[in-house]
Amino acid sequence: MGTAAGPGNLAGVRHILLVLSGKGGVGKSTISTELALALRHAGKKVGILDVDLCGPSIPRMLRAQGRAVHQCDGGWVPVFVDQEQSISLMSVGFLLENPDEALVWRGPKKNALIKQFVSDVAWGQLDYLVVDTPPGTSDEHMATVDALRPYSPLGALVVTTPQAVSVGDVRRELTFCRKTGLQVLGVVENMSGFVCPHCAECTNVFSRGGGEELATLAGVPFLGSVPLDPELCGSLEEGRDFIRDFPKSSAFPALFSIAQKVLSQAPARLS
Amino acid sequence: MEEVPQGCPGTGSAQAGRGASCQGCPNQRLCASGAGAAPDPAIEEIKEKMKTVKHKILVLSGKGGVGKSTFSAHLAHGLAEDENTQVALLDIDICGPSIPKIMGLEGEQVHQSGSGWSPVFVEDNLGVMSVGFLLSSPDDAVIWRGPKKNGMIKQFLRDVDWGEVDYLIVDTPPGTSDEHLSAVQYLSSTHIDGAVIITTPQEVSLQDVRKEINFCHKVKLPIIGVVENMSGFICPKCKKESQIFPPTTGGAEVMCQNLKIPLLGKVPLDPHIGKSCDKGQSFLIDAPDSPATLAYRSIIQRIQEFCGRHLPEEGHLISS
Repeated sequence: MGTAAGPGNLAGVRHILLVLSGKGGVGKSTISTELALALRHAGKKVGILDVDLCGPSIPRMLRAQGRAVHQCDGGWVPVFVDQEQSISLMSVGFLLENPDEALVWRGPKKNALIKQFVSDVAWGQLDYLVVDTPPGTSDEHMATVDALRPYSPLGALVVTTPQAVSVGDVRRELTFCRKTGLQVLGVVENMSGFVCPHCAECTNVFSRGGGEELATLAGVPFLGSVPLDPELCGSLEEGRDFIRDFPKSSAFPALFSIAQKVLSQAPARLS
Repeated sequence: MEEVPQGCPGTGSAQAGRGASCQGCPNQRLCASGAGAAPDPAIEEIKEKMKTVKHKILVLSGKGGVGKSTFSAHLAHGLAEDENTQVALLDIDICGPSIPKIMGLEGEQVHQSGSGWSPVFVEDNLGVMSVGFLLSSPDDAVIWRGPKKNGMIKQFLRDVDWGEVDYLIVDTPPGTSDEHLSAVQYLSSTHIDGAVIITTPQEVSLQDVRKEINFCHKVKLPIIGVVENMSGFICPKCKKESQIFPPTTGGAEVMCQNLKIPLLGKVPLDPHIGKSCDKGQSFLIDAPDSPATLAYRSIIQRIQEFCGRHLPEEGHLISS
């Protein structure tokens, strides 16, 4: 499939970030997408690598479903989701003929595709590559970390919801990071309270406190809590730019602050 | 189920691994060695073990975080409220085993007996098995590749002494990969009543759920129906309804109509559900009057009716 690509394809990428969680459905893809949009608004060139092979959510979130992937000398050309070509995306979603088709693959086949995604996509010059992962601590995660190791990723953002059930799984993900030598930039607590649009009462729909508790337990920074905002969900469903369209949303300050914290990590490293 | 080359002669055929169309197939060597022809002996052993299990239900979703484990746990609790019904709950989410916490069994360990592994009992008639019970610390990560996960699932199905069981509920991780293939494969010579598929109203969830439905069709797993979870939220203060996860493409209702699959019910978001799960208690008992409890009970009844119409093992289908 891809051409034999040397270190060239990731050489132009300044910083690599992984977005992980032990738990499913906490908002990894949402946070990955919103982080990419926020970094773009800060003037950065961003790539997103979606290594969730069974549930590739990101093409829809950026209104890029059905786009074709082209080849060039360096390998696969990532799909640009905007006219200015400031956000590019690679996902298995683009390679499926029928979007409802299930990718029923066992580990070794998934590993092979992930290695190709890491080495055979011609990203070009990027300030940030955000890598969105599926839930768990298995084939995809090991393959991704192994393939990215030579490029010294900046680190991982670990996402949880406030519930103890989520924290229970995410603790294991933090162990995975430790064991594989992946630095944890911090914990993001998502779905942190819902403000009723009728009466402004805030309800902790998915319990409270888990994110900070987890960060303290693991000795890593707590990057912030993002509240539940149906506008954010709606925006993602329709592939709109939430950061641009909803600066007054309750979720906006948290997302913006998380992006700022990520940006502040970068100058400490040599590119 | 896995991608096979055009003209694949079949893993059991005399031409397996030797035909022209076998060139380049990743399984070529395996087939040529004759290993593909011999079925895994565990499948027969599991068939024997499952003879004492009347009904088997898989709880699936393509999507993570939609409430599979929450639903599986409460399906188990609901069925076990009848003391005369023996219920077993098997958690095959190897990387993220939530069931011990949700069932209030954190810290429990598995014991071995002459007849195999003993499940951990919540009630006399409700036994649970999960990889969570095999881990010594809540921080232990199960960083396993596919084959090792498959081995664990095989052991769970073959070596656990479930005894006489009316309902075996299998909670799965999100996706359509090793765990799902293994569960279906190892149970292939037994009768699986069907799959209950969980979704939330959003398109991002339905997108993955359609893939899961396709997976079920591919492996010929009957679908009992779909449950739409987190379907609307009633503010505890002003009692008005909001859609936290808006059904931008019509939610599960429209998807089920299009795919001609039963919608078993819609469960609203009740903050008490999360709290009950965190405490390891049954939400059905904690909040008996919640609209969510009523929705769960109705769905559980429909599942029982489905299972009742389909006799296990050597029986025949009365109606489908």
